[in-house]
Parts: sequence; structure tokens; C-alpha cells
Amino acid sequence: MQLITIFSLTFPAFPWFGMDIGGTLVKLVYFEPVDITAEEEQEEVENLKSIRRYLTSNVAYGKTGVRDVHLELRNLTMCGRTGNLHFIRFPTQAMPRFIQMGHDKNFSSLHTTLCATGGGAYKFENDFRTMADLELLKLDELDCLIRGLLYVDRVSFNGHPEGYYFQNPSDTQSCVKMPCTLDNPFPMLLVNIGSGVSILAVYSENNYKRVTGTSLGGGTFLGLCCLLTGCETFEEALEMASKGDSTNVDKLVKDIYGGDYERFGLQGSAVASSFGHMMSKEKRDSISKEDLARATLVTITNNIGSIARMCAVNEKIERVVFVGNFLRINTVSTKLLAYAMDFWSKGQLRALFLEHEGYFGAVGALMELLKTTEDP
Amino acid sequence: MLIGRRSARNSHTMDKSITLPPDEIFRNLENAKRFAIDIGGSLTKLAYYSTVQHKVAKVRSFDHATKEAASDKLYEISVQEEVTARLHFIKFENAYIETCLDFIKDHLVNTDTKVIKATGGGAHKFKELIERKLGLKVDKEDEMTCLIKGCNFVLRNIPHEAFVYAKHADSEFRFQTTQPDIFPYLLVNIGSGVSIVKVESEDKFERIGGSSIGGGTFWGLGALLTKTKRFDELLQLASKGQHTSVDMLVKDIYGGSYGSLGLTGDLIASSFGKSATADKEFSKEDMAKSLLHMISNDIGQLACLYAKLHNLSRVYFGGFFIRGHPVTMHTITYSINFFTKGEVQALFLRHEGYLGAIGAFLKGAEEDNPNQYSWGENYAGSSGLMSVSPDMNPMQRARSGTFDMLEMDRLERQLVNLPLLQDPSSYIPDTMDLTEDALAREYWLYCFEEALDGVVKRAVASQPDMPEAAQRAEKFRQKYRHKLQTLRQQPFAYGSLTVRSLLDTREHCLNEFNFPDPYSKIKQKENDMALKYYQKAVKSLEELSWEQRQFALVRVELMAFISCEHPERPWLVDSYDQWFERLKGPPHKCALFFVDNSGVDIILGVMPFVRELLSRGTEVVLASNSGPALNDVTNGELQILTERIAAMDPVIQAGLREDRLMLVQSGSSSPCLDLSRLDKVLAMVVRERQTDLVIIEGMGRAIHTNYYAMLSCESLKMAVIKNSWLADRLGGKLFSVVFKYEVPAGKPSQHSAALSPL
Repeated sequence: MQLITIFSLTFPAFPWFGMDIGGTLVKLVYFEPVDITAEEEQEEVENLKSIRRYLTSNVAYGKTGVRDVHLELRNLTMCGRTGNLHFIRFPTQAMPRFIQMGHDKNFSSLHTTLCATGGGAYKFENDFRTMADLELLKLDELDCLIRGLLYVDRVSFNGHPEGYYFQNPSDTQSCVKMPCTLDNPFPMLLVNIGSGVSILAVYSENNYKRVTGTSLGGGTFLGLCCLLTGCETFEEALEMASKGDSTNVDKLVKDIYGGDYERFGLQGSAVASSFGHMMSKEKRDSISKEDLARATLVTITNNIGSIARMCAVNEKIERVVFVGNFLRINTVSTKLLAYAMDFWSKGQLRALFLEHEGYFGAVGALMELLKTTEDP
Repeated sequence: MLIGRRSARNSHTMDKSITLPPDEIFRNLENAKRFAIDIGGSLTKLAYYSTVQHKVAKVRSFDHATKEAASDKLYEISVQEEVTARLHFIKFENAYIETCLDFIKDHLVNTDTKVIKATGGGAHKFKELIERKLGLKVDKEDEMTCLIKGCNFVLRNIPHEAFVYAKHADSEFRFQTTQPDIFPYLLVNIGSGVSIVKVESEDKFERIGGSSIGGGTFWGLGALLTKTKRFDELLQLASKGQHTSVDMLVKDIYGGSYGSLGLTGDLIASSFGKSATADKEFSKEDMAKSLLHMISNDIGQLACLYAKLHNLSRVYFGGFFIRGHPVTMHTITYSINFFTKGEVQALFLRHEGYLGAIGAFLKGAEEDNPNQYSWGENYAGSSGLMSVSPDMNPMQRARSGTFDMLEMDRLERQLVNLPLLQDPSSYIPDTMDLTEDALAREYWLYCFEEALDGVVKRAVASQPDMPEAAQRAEKFRQKYRHKLQTLRQQPFAYGSLTVRSLLDTREHCLNEFNFPDPYSKIKQKENDMALKYYQKAVKSLEELSWEQRQFALVRVELMAFISCEHPERPWLVDSYDQWFERLKGPPHKCALFFVDNSGVDIILGVMPFVRELLSRGTEVVLASNSGPALNDVTNGELQILTERIAAMDPVIQAGLREDRLMLVQSGSSSPCLDLSRLDKVLAMVVRERQTDLVIIEGMGRAIHTNYYAMLSCESLKMAVIKNSWLADRLGGKLFSVVFKYEVPAGKPSQHSAALSPL
């Protein structure tokens, strides 16, 4: 009995969750302890076991929940405990069902603190309370993002660097992905591309400012793709985009000037007007859904690149780190961002990416849970 | 017939048949030389330079050696033909281009032009057509260079060119005063894509950035989403939509605001963020609105980032995306306010659509040195700003779908600031902005309409030998009445509406129909009469004590305005005591006197005053109008009058002989006075003579304008309020006196009288 008391002083009660409820997706990280002793096992209540079993033995939950198995961080030590960190996501639309499940599994009896960040922590706080008798510990999403990001970079991705960049970004032939870590990460411009985009200038773990943001983000890409092509999911949209040709949709400099616009040093291949060809009915009738998806992706990505680059110049920061779930399975965008940063800054700026792109907020929330119980 | 081909076009509801006869559109074409054309995606802008022959009134002194032989008149008035230069700009839909070219070809007689400067995306497409139709060689000019050239030109030459758009304010448009230095500025041109150009001087500019998300994106993406083909229709849809059903707002994510970052709940977090679903239909209107917000915000954000990086606070927006569309001006303004927290204002231009054509024209006219002259917008020949929401004013909308015109007159002199303005960048000539003051607007428009019959009558009477004068006067009446009606609907059509602009518009219209000086005969008669009393008046003033005389001079000067009994002091604004104290001190070095009316005013009011100043040892510069306006004395008339007075009065004679009395033209032909547009020579004289006193007299110059003008030297503003409405506004009665003597702060003197606000 005494032993357990001591334990509970040093680490919080299981289960350990960190949750980031965004505009489109809920990101959930779950720490699965692998060092459970026999006594612990015996003490453990049944529904805690069942949660662990449910989460670790499945890779999909319901129709829309997914565990990103490839991102799992194994044999991690947190708060003196060893375990695996699992990364799970599901649409924010499924939030009511999730809360209902919390109620059904009698989650509130576990006496754990549910640390949540993202706008949904505020929006759904009352639902958690009334539907599932759960109190959320609400956390600022940008604090969590930075904390989580720095942590994952520090512990590395199962022995491999968490970060990567593209070598020769301006040359499609020789452009290669290269791993890297964020040694001396500060200052960095952190561009978080979720449904919308936030751009932060980060000078240290606790010293950062939100420089600006844009409403043209991942939500815009998916929203427009759904309207334009009738697709339903991000995966579908990206799949189409990968097959399309945006130059059928966009008007290029050469479409207007016949070649480069030398007076202003603009290459003929640069996009002069996104969706510019679509002003003409003939062109509208001649393009494919794939072309439209590609154009949407390129438009949104270039715009984010352009704003990020301006912010980097204004803030005098050379390292630009792109994160957020928009970049998931989205090499078209990561390569385009790398290219845009390099080309328009004439090599001054470097774009960096991180493997756990959208999960840092959730990781940061989990760390807050561990921190709150550490300091009595 | 130019207009006949219209029926071939689709019968879109916004296109009403146009009623303008072609000779009203392509005016002065027979003398046109130097053409330029700017062909955009949907509109063609044609520019040409032409000479205009019109009548001017001249005065010539009789030879007084044979005085007996002459009539008892002072001078003779003759009407002469004068040729002046005018720039014409016409904007019409591309659909009319062939008809317009035909018309030009048929009417072009006196030109020896061989080339036409062309710019704009469509220049290439229509090259062959233009060359075939007009027999001119098409010479292509860089689009951006033309745009910047045009922009510099209008910013320099048209007061109230730039404005701030405020959808929910009393007046939608808030015009900016012309800055003495227009550089540096940022021009954000939103065509299919966006170009952000930093302009540092006349010839130095650089494209510092841009974006592919522009008007083409709105149009292209909008057409895909809503199946609506026309740009204008898309904007119509957008103006009716609700973006909140399509966009994901901060409150959709947070349930409220994101307080710690100061992001309000209504802020868009993700454009189209709610449309990522298959089980919902979205209305065309809502999607169009969301798209408009997305693009406007994005452009606004980029513009702010570039403005910040280059430390620029003046940002002008143009291009077809803007082109007077209230919806886009509103969203862009909103975006700029949001991203700069109000530090930078989005500025728009009244003649934004003409910039390319103006620039192309200037490129071709470089050897004519158009930049050596000042130019002025001719209100009689320009259509004015027509950007109101289509629902509010369908009539105007129809006109914008057809032809729009801008005419600029070359002024035969360069106009500059009065060097004595305390702060030229904040100087506003006009006392009342009728664009903002609806009550005052109502009154003055009514006033001018009421006065129209009298003006027409006087115009006819001024040309008794010309039988067609009545017909011309009738045309004048129609034109000016139409202008007044337009201004009632759209007070902002020519920049801020003011009493001055109403007066100037009337003068422009009178000139247009060859009534150069309706008051010439009246002025002549009154001058003649007043001269007869000059010596008597001077003598009776001389008999007074110094002290009495100073007051009498002011009284006489003011009294000249009115025939009734002079109001007792204290006057409505009365700083006579301070002025009197000042007169006891050392004489001024040089006084600049802006004079007003002919007759009694100038001869019996101003001249004795001038005489006293000269006697005190003060040099005097008399500034009078270059051209006629109402019964104001012109420089030509004043030359003759002064000579005649000098013949009677040794003080004036000595003043002229010793060059201590100078007559200079103001550069203006207005009953009002804009101290930021004065003849360069006048400014030079003012500077050379170290002018330390400015005297402004009369309602037009001292009340309607310059009442609040702050000068860097002592100033005296004198007037009698001859309009009961205005007197009432100022807190006085009809024939109240304003005598406002001011000493700039920091200069030792008694404080001036407290002023009642207008």
C-alpha cells in the first residue's frame, strides 16, 4: 500500500494520454507501459487493461480512427517508466462518439487527468463533463506544440533522427530526402499546417511568438478538393493530386508572356495565376479532376511557402520548420516547400520537416500530464 | 452609327442601351494626335492627345493718349480663339473595339501620327486589327512600366485621386489630400495574379513580390465552384453570400475566441474548412463569398508583409480585381486593417482603370515633356467615379458597362504649393466636405440648382451678338444639371464634393460651351464706376487719424462686399484688436494679397489697403486669377486697373515703379483658392520677397476654402458671410463679418480670437 503511494507521487496514474483536438483531426498519443510488474498487474483495474488491449492490439478504431503504427516510439522512458508511445488519430467529427465511449468504458473511474490541447479542448470541455463525467486539463496548443516537438527531436525516432530536409530541392532529378536532427534548434520559424496555418518564431522552449497565420491551410485544400472533385478524404485528394497536372489549370508566366518575363526576372514556368486557365470555358471543359486536385494542392502549398518565407525574412530567421498533418503522406507539398524556400531565398533559407508532423501538440499535452504530477 | 452594333451583344440585364452620342465620347477627335491603347482582359482604354479650340475673353487697355476719342469705357473686351491641349481617355468593353476603331478612322482628319502605343495583355491579340483599321503601327510598351508611369501621373496631377474605402461610414470614400512627395509607395496590382511593386521615384521601381492567387483565381475557381461565368456575376453572388457556412471559424474549433492569442471567434481559421464533407450542399453565394474572403485576405496579408519589410506605409491597390468594385475594396481594406492593426491603410485610386493607358500615352509623348506641365481634371468632360454597389444604383452600373471618360487639361503653367503652408501634407483647402456632410450637401446642391437659371441668363446676356448663344446656354444648362444630379447620387464622383468643386465644375461646363467669361461686361461696368470714386475715397481716408484709418480700411474693405449697414463689432470672428496692436509694431516685409471681386471690392476696398501697406514700407504682391471665374478680377483686368490707379495715385505709382507692388497671377480660374496648386512664379516671388503676411479676402477664398488653413507666417482672412444658411452654420446671421488674424504658434504675438467651429 505504501509502495503505491510513493509511486503515485512520482508519476501519475495510468492511463497516460495526451490529446490534441484540432479543427479537422483529433490526435491522441497513448503511452503503453511495458515494465508493468506482477503486483501492478494485479492491482490494475479491469477497464485500464481493456483500454490498453484495445488500443495496442488494433490499428484501426471504428470507421475512422487510425493508429499510425510506423510512428510508434518504442522503449521510451518517461517519468521513470518504460513503454511505447502510440500515435492515434480520428476526425474531430467523431468526437461525440469518442466521448460516449469514455462514458461507456467508465473512464472517469480511473482517476487520470485527461490533458487536452487544441481548440476542441475548449469546445468539448463541457461535453466531456456532462456526458462522461471527465474533467479536462486544458492546455495552450502552441505551448504543447513546441514542447512536444523539442521532446520528440530529443529522444529521436527509435534511434534515427526525427528531422529531415531535401538535398538539391531545386532539381527534381537529384532531390533526395536527408535525415537530420535539430541540434541548436533556435531560433526557428515554426510553420504548423493544420486546417489553418500558424507561424511562430521560436527563440527558446518558453520564448516564442505567433508571427501570423493564414486561413489557407490543410482544411482549404481538402475543402476545395471535395467541392471540385467530389472526393471525400485527404488520402483520396492526395492520391488524385499525385496523378494530376496543375499546369492545365494554372496560368503560367509563359502563358501570358510567351516566355520569361525578363523585366521582372520571372521564369516562364512560374505560376502567374492559380486557376487562371479556369476563366475560360473551353479550358474548364478539358481538365480532369486529378488536375484540379493537383492545382489546389500546389496553390495552397506555394502560398504557405510564400508567407512563411516573408515571415522568415521579416523575423531574420533562416531555419523554417514545417509541421502539421497537412504534410502527412504529402511529398508533393514537402518537396514544393523545400524548393520554394530554397529558390526564392536564393539558398538563404532551409526548410526542415519532422516525421511525426501532426502529433507534437498531443505529445506536448502528455508531457504536461507528467509534469503536473511531478511538481506537487 | 457606333451604338447600333450593341444589339449583337447578349442581353445581359446590367447592360442598358446607351444614350451617349458618339461625338460626346470621342471628343475632339479631328485634332487628335498621339494615340495610346491599353487592352485588358475585358476593357479597352484608349488615350489620345488633342488640341481644343475654345473662346477666351481678353481685355485690352484703350490707348489713353486718345482718351477723348474712346468711349468712357476703361478697356475693351474681346473674345479670342485659344488652342489648349487636352488629354482624352475613354474606357469601353473589348466588344466595342472594332466599332470604335472604325469610328476613329472615319473621324481622324488632322493627324500625322504613324504609331500607336499599346500595352495590356490584349495588345498582342488586337495588334493586327488596330494596324489594319487605323493604318498605324502598333508599338508595344511594357505593362508594368506604363502602369507605374500612369500612377505617378494621376497622383501628381489629380487632387483627391487616392481614397480610403469605408463601407459602413457616412461616405464610402474618404479622399486623401495630395502629398507633396508621392514617393515611395507600394502598388499592389491585382490582375489574374498579383504583382507587388515598390516605386521609389519617377523611373525607379521594382517588383518586390507577388502571388499567383489573384483575380484569375477568384474568377477561375469561382467559375468552377458556382458554374457562373462572368466576373461581375461572381462578385454579385459573393456580395449576397454568407462565408460562415463554408469557412471554419475560430469559434468552430474553440467554441469561442482563442483569447490568449487575441483571435476572435469570428476569425476565419480555415477557408473552405467546412466544405470537406460529402453530405452537405453549399450555396453558390456562400462559396463565392468564402472565395472572395480567402483571396482578399491572402493578398492583404502579403501586401502587409511586403510593406513591413520595405518600411512603406502608402499602399495602393489596383487591377481588375479591384476596379471600383465595392465588395473587393471592402474585403481588401478589412484585411489590411486586420493584418497591420490599422497602421497601414489600403488606398485606392479613382482613375485606377486608366493607369496603363495614361502610362502608354506618356511613353509616346516623352518628347513633349508632359511632366513639365501641370494637368487638371476637366470635370465637364469626365465621367467621374462610378463604383457603387450595383443594387444601389443600377443606372450608373449601366453606364460603366459602356463608356467612361476622363479628360485632363494641360495647364500652361506648373502648379506648386504655397511655400508658406505650415504643413503641406495635411493642408486641405476646403472648409466643408460635402461628401461627408449630408445636410450641407443637400443645401448646396439645391443652391446651385436654383442658381442655374440665373447663370444661364447671364451667359446668354454676355454674348448679345451671337444668336446661337441661347442654344449653347441651354446645352450648358443640361450638362451642368446632369452633373448636379450625378453628384446627388454619387457625391464622391470627382473626389471630395465641396463648394469649390461645384463652382469649378460650373466654370468647366461654361467653358465647354464657349462662355469663357459671362461676367466680363458687368465687371467692366463696375470697374469703370468704382474708379471714378477712387480719389475721393483715398482723400477721405487720408483725412482720418492713423488709428481711425486702420479701422476704416478694414471696414471699407469688408463693406465693399455689401450694400447694407455694416454690422457692429464684435464681429462673428473678430481679431481686429490683435491686428491693430500688430500694426503699431514694425511693418511687414512683404504682404501677399489674394484678391477677390472686380469693381468696388478691388478698387475701393483692396487698393486703399494696399496703399496703406506700401506707405508703411511693406511690399505687396497682388495675386489674382489667371482666368475668369464669376466676377472675380482677373490678372489681365487688374493690370489695367492698377495702371489707371497709378495714374491718379503717386503712392501706387511709386510702388509699381520701385517694384514694391507686384501683380502676379495665381494660376487658378476658380472663385475659390487651393493653396497647394498655385503658379510656380507666384511661389518663387513669395519666397524671394520673404513674404511674412498673407491676406485672403472673400467668401470663396477665405470661408469656403482656407478658413482652417494654417500658414507659417501671419495671416489675415476677411469676409462677409453673404449666405444665410452658411452664416447660420457658423453661428451668425446673414452679413456676419469674419476678421481672422492669425499668428503661427511659436511666433511672438497676442493670441487670436477663439474660433467657432463650422
